[in-house]
Amino acid sequence: MGNRTVTMADLATVIRSKNAGPFLITLDVFFNDEGTFQKIRDAGVITPALIAKTYQIAEMDIHELTFFEPAAALKITLKRWVSSAAPGDTDVFGAQQHVPLMNMSFQLDD
Amino acid sequence: MAARMDEMRILSPTAILGYGFPAESLGRGMDRRPDVIAVDAGSTDAGPYFLGIQPGSVEQNKLVDFIRTVTTDLRPLLKAAVSSGIPLIIGSAGGAGGNLHLTGISTLVKLIAQQEGLKFRLAMIKAEINPDLVKEKLRQGKVTPLGPVPAIAEGAIDRSVRIVAQMGVEPFMRALEQGAQIIVAGRASDPSMFAALPILNGFNKGLALHMGKILECGAIAADPGSGGDVLFGTVRRDHFLVEPMNPERRCTIKSVAAHSLYEAADPWYLHEPGGMVDLRGVSFMQETDRCVRVSGSLFAADPVYRIKLEAAELVGFRTICIAGIRDPAAIEHLTEMLKAARKGTTRQFSELSPDQWSLHFRIYGKNGVMGPLEPESSPSHDVGLVIEAIASTQEQASSICLFVHAFILHYGFPGRRSTAGNLAFPFSPQDIPMGPVYRFNIYHLMEIDDPLSPFPIEIEEVGNG
Repeated sequence: MGNRTVTMADLATVIRSKNAGPFLITLDVFFNDEGTFQKIRDAGVITPALIAKTYQIAEMDIHELTFFEPAAALKITLKRWVSSAAPGDTDVFGAQQHVPLMNMSFQLDD
Repeated sequence: MAARMDEMRILSPTAILGYGFPAESLGRGMDRRPDVIAVDAGSTDAGPYFLGIQPGSVEQNKLVDFIRTVTTDLRPLLKAAVSSGIPLIIGSAGGAGGNLHLTGISTLVKLIAQQEGLKFRLAMIKAEINPDLVKEKLRQGKVTPLGPVPAIAEGAIDRSVRIVAQMGVEPFMRALEQGAQIIVAGRASDPSMFAALPILNGFNKGLALHMGKILECGAIAADPGSGGDVLFGTVRRDHFLVEPMNPERRCTIKSVAAHSLYEAADPWYLHEPGGMVDLRGVSFMQETDRCVRVSGSLFAADPVYRIKLEAAELVGFRTICIAGIRDPAAIEHLTEMLKAARKGTTRQFSELSPDQWSLHFRIYGKNGVMGPLEPESSPSHDVGLVIEAIASTQEQASSICLFVHAFILHYGFPGRRSTAGNLAFPFSPQDIPMGPVYRFNIYHLMEIDDPLSPFPIEIEEVGNG
């Protein structure tokens, strides 16, 4: 068995971001299939440390990281660095904050 | 009504009143003989602007214009509900659900009724909360932050233009009991307007609210998804069904299950006024090719009834300037130019205290979308700059914006060849006054004793006389 490097974009059909209220941004990943979902969930590779590194944020700013079996999905909720539409905000709906997650790479056993 | 109904049917025309829907989809939905039409008309998504609008201000006209845009949706829905003799429930009126917004939508409802010769009992449910009540609850320790929200103090309450709270199903149920056919409500929890009639008729609260959560976004939970199309819900004693009314769409297990995650911080629990829906035991089944059956959603009541408060405060007034940069040397020196501009502004406006103004830059082609979260460091060859000045008055903001754009336009960086100007402006005038800027300053839960008392109901007979 060998390791290979994969990106989230290789594994998922939907990767999206959106506000969850004005103070949080939530990221959803819908995996290609049930098998991929289970493999990623059970591999334990998606950790708060990896997400924090990907978004250059502190782990304590990760509000939620959970796998959701009914939709074969992963949900990650982050604290917004500025609340929706407050001075300095760049994305009022939070709909374009998903790309680092899409490009996030990690090791996976074959 | 029958002694015990087997099912109730709910029609959701669109994700947000104003997003539109095909007339054929509404027609197909009405052929299914729904028991109620319910539609959500607001959200915090678009930011705090409409929540912050002061009564009697210039911006109130913008709210009036915004409310008028929903006429095209409202007219067919009112006609469909009245001609079928079923209720139409509109929640979170006017985007933000304050009294001003509620009055705006109610006025429009009455105008359409007059034009169309419609007759009905109208209920208007207010959702603005008296600041003194919030202060009293705060002193009693009954106001708690919802997530990473700034701490609330009495100052924040005083600074709020208005405070609204999301009502639960109870005020809608009371209005229905009073025989209201058209209900226009201020701020409300999204599922409540869909779940109220089923819960009033004894259907399971967990199922009704979970169905409401899926229905409130129209056909977004279908495949292909759309915020501008009709979704039809049927709640029965131990499950509910959802199905799009446009034959070009289907509900699949995946599209419906996926929707449980939409805009929610945690997919397992749906937090609602007075309790939560526990989705850990939920199951999704493909009922027909286009229809999904959902069961196992459980409601668990909280020991105390809590409502979500939302408020906005005025930050200042905004003026912006949009410019492009193409010269590679100017792009290379952009960070330095902006730093110098900030320093120059501080010097130029030294009579203003630092808390009276702020300056923000968005650099599109570099990190305009993600700001400090942007991982890429090399900018594009064609960069867009948005200069944003916020100050205590519109005039002050415009003075700062003008100073900054002129400063950057003529800034001499080392090795500059393009000495006639560093910025390409697409518009004249360059500086655009944007009006007031608000920020959400209260997003808290407040304990209340009675789910009805903060939400007074006013009844009016429309079309009699």
